Amino acid sequence: MPSSALTAAHPLKDVASSDSALRRFLHGLPGVDAVGLEGRAASLGTRSIKTTAKAYAIDLAISMVDLTTLEGADTPGKVRALGAKAVKPDPTDRTTPATAAVCVYPDMVAVAKEAVAGSGVKVASVATAFPAGRAALDVKLADVRDAIAAGADEIDMVIDRGAFLSGRYLKVYDEITAVREACGTSARLKVIFETGELSTYDNIRRASWLGMLAGADFIKTSTGKVAVNATPANTLLMLEAVRDFRAQTGIQVGVKPAGGIRTSKDAIKFLVLVNETAGEDWLDNHWFRFGASSLLNDLLMQRQKLATGRYSGPDYVTVD
Amino acid sequence: MASVFEYAPAPESRAIADIAPSYGLFIDGEFVEAADGKVFKTVSPSTEEVLSEIAQAGSEDVDRAVKAARRAFEKWSALPGAERAKYLFRIARIIQERSRELAVLETLDNGKPIKETRDADLPLVAAHFFYYAGWADKLDHAGYGPNPRPLGVAGQVIPWNFPLLMLAWKIAPALATGNTVVLKPAETTPLSALFFADICRQAGLPKGVVNILPGYGDAGAALIAHPDVNKVAFTGSTAVGKEIARTVAGTRKKVTLELGGKGANIVFDDAPIDQAVEGIVNGIFFNQGQVCCAGSRLLVQESIQEELLDSLKRRLSTLRLGDPLDKNTDIGAINSEEQLTRITSLVEQGEAEGAERWSPACELPESGYWFAPTLFTNVTQAHRIARDEIFGPVLSVLTFRTPDEAVAKANNTPYGLSAGIWTEKGSRILAVANKLRAGVVWSNTFNKFDPTSPFGGYKESGFGREGGRHGLEAYLAPSSPEGER
Repeated sequence: MPSSALTAAHPLKDVASSDSALRRFLHGLPGVDAVGLEGRAASLGTRSIKTTAKAYAIDLAISMVDLTTLEGADTPGKVRALGAKAVKPDPTDRTTPATAAVCVYPDMVAVAKEAVAGSGVKVASVATAFPAGRAALDVKLADVRDAIAAGADEIDMVIDRGAFLSGRYLKVYDEITAVREACGTSARLKVIFETGELSTYDNIRRASWLGMLAGADFIKTSTGKVAVNATPANTLLMLEAVRDFRAQTGIQVGVKPAGGIRTSKDAIKFLVLVNETAGEDWLDNHWFRFGASSLLNDLLMQRQKLATGRYSGPDYVTVD
Repeated sequence: MASVFEYAPAPESRAIADIAPSYGLFIDGEFVEAADGKVFKTVSPSTEEVLSEIAQAGSEDVDRAVKAARRAFEKWSALPGAERAKYLFRIARIIQERSRELAVLETLDNGKPIKETRDADLPLVAAHFFYYAGWADKLDHAGYGPNPRPLGVAGQVIPWNFPLLMLAWKIAPALATGNTVVLKPAETTPLSALFFADICRQAGLPKGVVNILPGYGDAGAALIAHPDVNKVAFTGSTAVGKEIARTVAGTRKKVTLELGGKGANIVFDDAPIDQAVEGIVNGIFFNQGQVCCAGSRLLVQESIQEELLDSLKRRLSTLRLGDPLDKNTDIGAINSEEQLTRITSLVEQGEAEGAERWSPACELPESGYWFAPTLFTNVTQAHRIARDEIFGPVLSVLTFRTPDEAVAKANNTPYGLSAGIWTEKGSRILAVANKLRAGVVWSNTFNKFDPTSPFGGYKESGFGREGGRHGLEAYLAPSSPEGER
């Protein structure tokens, strides 16, 4: 799959030549009709996924989880436990796939890295003054470098929503490109928009394009720290954006809904959105992730149910 | 097409709908044989399997049914509105309780996907009965004068594309206003009307208030011509509508006709593209395009033609065609062999006239009546596929440069039932909607129905309105002695 930044010669590179050019471009994107978008997301939610398709979807979803702990109270012990779980989500069934990554604060990256060493599970870190993003660029970049020095494979960056909402798109663009540069070739960059704070679907589409133009490897809905996080509708919208972006530039960008996805049923609905919107090229943990912590246990319980024909209970999966 | 995420089949159980090997006519509260003993078979369009044998109404049966309805009218019309409302509410609730059964039945008999019968048809059917039940005791306030009177016996003929929904559109307002009903469902889809007859009995509806006469066009013609029918309501083709208008002309019968259409779906360059694509798909592929208000002509602004068509083609490639009882099916079977032949011949003419035909890669089941979703580009106003109602999953794409041109092209049709406008500019929606000669104009959506909203056409799409407060008018006369207004 092609994945690289826009070359200097690409016509879309010019759209970030000035604040006004960037605004003109972003405001020239097709509008989003909220009723229609939510209607489409709801109708895809009625797809009936059973038996073999469900088994496939559950394993795929497990392999797409960024197993996350982002608490002030995180300890090295908790992060080690999380890492162990990411590598071997169900100790009773070795056929269970590993999760895609563990996602932690920068100071826990080294611990996490050690916990998943040799497993192929990636370590993602929310750098850039997560979750508010309200710090000077230098501070954010220092945060990123810290995380990368500790071995982070992926950086989850929050955008400056204040700048975005006041229309200073170029500032947001410049910050993303600076962080992208700091990530270099050693880490993939996920750009978090905090869609709940952007509030309109038009804004979410603009933010998606802004992030992709600036070189994001992934676009991500939210931090999980606000009232409204990932929804089927905002994820559908972002899937449309990555699909259209690849059609125009040849560059494929991943999508990560985060926060509020707790059940297998919900996760499968998101996979249906991926399948029928962006297409099967995105049905892979290199291009689609779930930012979640409690989702994994429900996926494991559903997996056990498919294997045994019976529901187990919360005591048959590990607590973290 | 093999894909990495194949959805396993998720068929709804057909055992939920218990179809008897044969059914009679429903006259005066009883299922009876046809006077001349004739029967016909109803088949499932997706498998060609015979579902049941149905008594075929003739003119003698029409006379029996109209007489039964006339007798019932005396008592039914004399009931206080609140009493009639109780029956209607009861019917609405039974429909809700039996909606899964009715959805399966409708899918078997009609060929449309269970997704549509379950999520669109049945909720709307119940909603229509609930809505008109609410009007039954408030007719004084409907705007048709104080104490308006029912007309008498209503002769109603409905089509096969939405068998139960069209029944609800016809019967609910008729009963709410105190009329009694003789209804002829289409010969290819009589089953849900016969199940409805059973629901009337379950609700304890007085005998003769609703009579159901499955049969062919001759029974419909006899019903409409019957001297003791006071009100004629018809939904169906324009050709038959004209025939009915001739029959009824000069009589004192009140008539409403809801006929064909060739709806224009206008997409301006500032439209919400992704949602417009969904609206276009819903506009023409809902119920396999067998919808009188289908958005069968896509008028797209030239500047975004390429982008929109690319999106549309990509989207059509994700439509799932097949077993209508599978909950994941988007496109079901064409209702009958006759209809399939008509669609095929019109599409062949489109190709012969030089329009460019496109369909997604799509495997059709071996038995049953199927037609792949089809798109025609390079279409002009002069092509037959831009003028004739195809009544199938076939979309003709035309372009325009200015809003005036869009309006001129949209209105340049003998029909005038529906239209759609896609733009992010509110003022343009209002300006264009005002100039469109269509009974319904949807903006940034398509094929949305609601019992509170009147529906009907201009020009060859018919006259009169169904639904909403306006839908009551067709079944009411003012209380003055001569019935003059």
